[in-house]
Amino acid sequence: MEQLIRKIKGMVHLKAYRKQRDDLYFITVEKAQLEMILSHLKKNEGFTHLAFLQAVDFIEDSRFQLTYMLYNYETGVNLGVLVLIDRDKPEMNSIHKLWAHGWQYQRELHELYGIDFPGSPRVHESFVLEGWEEMPPMRRDFDTLEYSERTFFQRPGRSTNDPKEYMKEKMYKNYAASPRIRRDDE
Amino acid sequence: MSNLSKSKYRGFEADRSKYPVEEEGKPVIDLESHKFTKIWQGPQHPGVTGNMAVELIINGDEIVDAKAHMGYLHRSFEKLMERRRYIQCFPIVCRICVPEPDTNEYCVSAAMEDLAGITVPEKAMWLRTLNLEMSRVGSFLMWIGGQAGSLGMGAISQWTVGMRDYWLDLFEEMTGGRVYHMYMIPGGVRKNLPDGFKDRARRLIVKTRRLMQDIDNTFLSNAIIKSRLQGLGVISPEMVDEYGIVGPNARASGREYDIRMNNPYVCYDNLDIKMITATEGDAYARAQVRYRELNQSLDLVAQILDRIPEEGAIQAEMPNLLHWKIPQGQTYVKAESTRGEHGFYMVSDGSEKPRRVFARGASYTHAISVLEKLAVNVSVSDLAGLMVSLHTCPPEIER
Repeated sequence: MEQLIRKIKGMVHLKAYRKQRDDLYFITVEKAQLEMILSHLKKNEGFTHLAFLQAVDFIEDSRFQLTYMLYNYETGVNLGVLVLIDRDKPEMNSIHKLWAHGWQYQRELHELYGIDFPGSPRVHESFVLEGWEEMPPMRRDFDTLEYSERTFFQRPGRSTNDPKEYMKEKMYKNYAASPRIRRDDE
Repeated sequence: MSNLSKSKYRGFEADRSKYPVEEEGKPVIDLESHKFTKIWQGPQHPGVTGNMAVELIINGDEIVDAKAHMGYLHRSFEKLMERRRYIQCFPIVCRICVPEPDTNEYCVSAAMEDLAGITVPEKAMWLRTLNLEMSRVGSFLMWIGGQAGSLGMGAISQWTVGMRDYWLDLFEEMTGGRVYHMYMIPGGVRKNLPDGFKDRARRLIVKTRRLMQDIDNTFLSNAIIKSRLQGLGVISPEMVDEYGIVGPNARASGREYDIRMNNPYVCYDNLDIKMITATEGDAYARAQVRYRELNQSLDLVAQILDRIPEEGAIQAEMPNLLHWKIPQGQTYVKAESTRGEHGFYMVSDGSEKPRRVFARGASYTHAISVLEKLAVNVSVSDLAGLMVSLHTCPPEIER
């Protein structure tokens, strides 16, 4: 594996490299070089299995991280190829020509994160959210509570309690005064 | 044309190379021509696996085009987990797969342990192996019932689902829950085995083996079943890489990939276990592979029962789980479910809640890309059998 990493370093600009376990490695590459490195890993290095393609929202850095998880049947090694893309204008090259199921993940990411993959088949079709008009819901800034309060309504005659206050009242009524060992942060 | 059955009992022997007309590999379908009909199989239909739908274009009773539709079961588990503490994820993840929830629990626990650097005691590892293997038995039993039921043999469904109930009794003894167990938690497992559990489990293995013999006689050796499953939904070895096919579906096409052997986890490297493969790649080969794997799982449960240490801790020393912060990092943990590679990708930002949890369901590609390809040229009446033979499971597709 070390040999492969050296080889990749010679080919592309490797932004980061991390060994998580003996059978799991992560490398971070440039957005423009991703397709080239994936195609090389698939055709020449035996990483023929694409386990998944997913996104992580790093809203504080204004970046999406895309993870392409590959697997090599010969060596039994998982290699996560990471690429960081701009969160404000998220767009990425499609990999549907490398793997026939790639379009499925791309369609999902388009719907749940709003990442576009130009040229990917059926990428603008809805996957699970038919008729969704809000912001893509898996983004960190999508406020689930605000959305549900705006969209749904309480059945009349029902009351709700704040769980924290309710538990204090019902279960820990005498807790504050109880003779116990106190935590430092109290 | 490769999906066309070669069996003498099946139709569609005619040359279909000229009709319907194809452009760029896709049939040209004009619904106005009255030669085609659009029908929906699902979302409420006895012939689909779980809550999904397949939009079919048929010509006579032959499927010309198929499109899988999801979204009837979306509960947004992944988003929920981003808003919860690590320990609060456990009641959520087991719901990702009803017949086999333990693989989810294992993967999530193992991912947290991997990120936090926790070593699980040996006895807890053995108990986890037992739990995982028992859940494989339960899920396979349910699958046999589904496959037989989809071909009209309802009696076998009654037998296997009934037998699965006895296995659920064992789960109830072991974990306190029948369907959802929440048995594995970070650092180990929740409970020890109750008294007399091993003897009862051994007796149930004998009972299940007797049923397996009946299933072999009535299902796998049945001429009608053979005629319907042989040649149905052939997955070629090239398709395995192309579509990311895993599990028994890939092994029935000759791919030797079983995570229990290729990347051993828990105690699988201490067990006597062999790769089960076939070469035909059709629905019947998949049924045979699953039947043999179920037998092997029964063997493995027996082996594990003999080897679980009597003494030892079942929990590692853990911090207070309600205020547990996991160091920054990311990991991918996978396990072999009955449908294949089931994995969890977890990203931690160092806080009390996960930044991202992604469940890689084993049948994610099987139910969409692969099904859409294999359904073409299949009879409408065989589609249910095809879907079950791919062992698709909608809740893990739209987590």
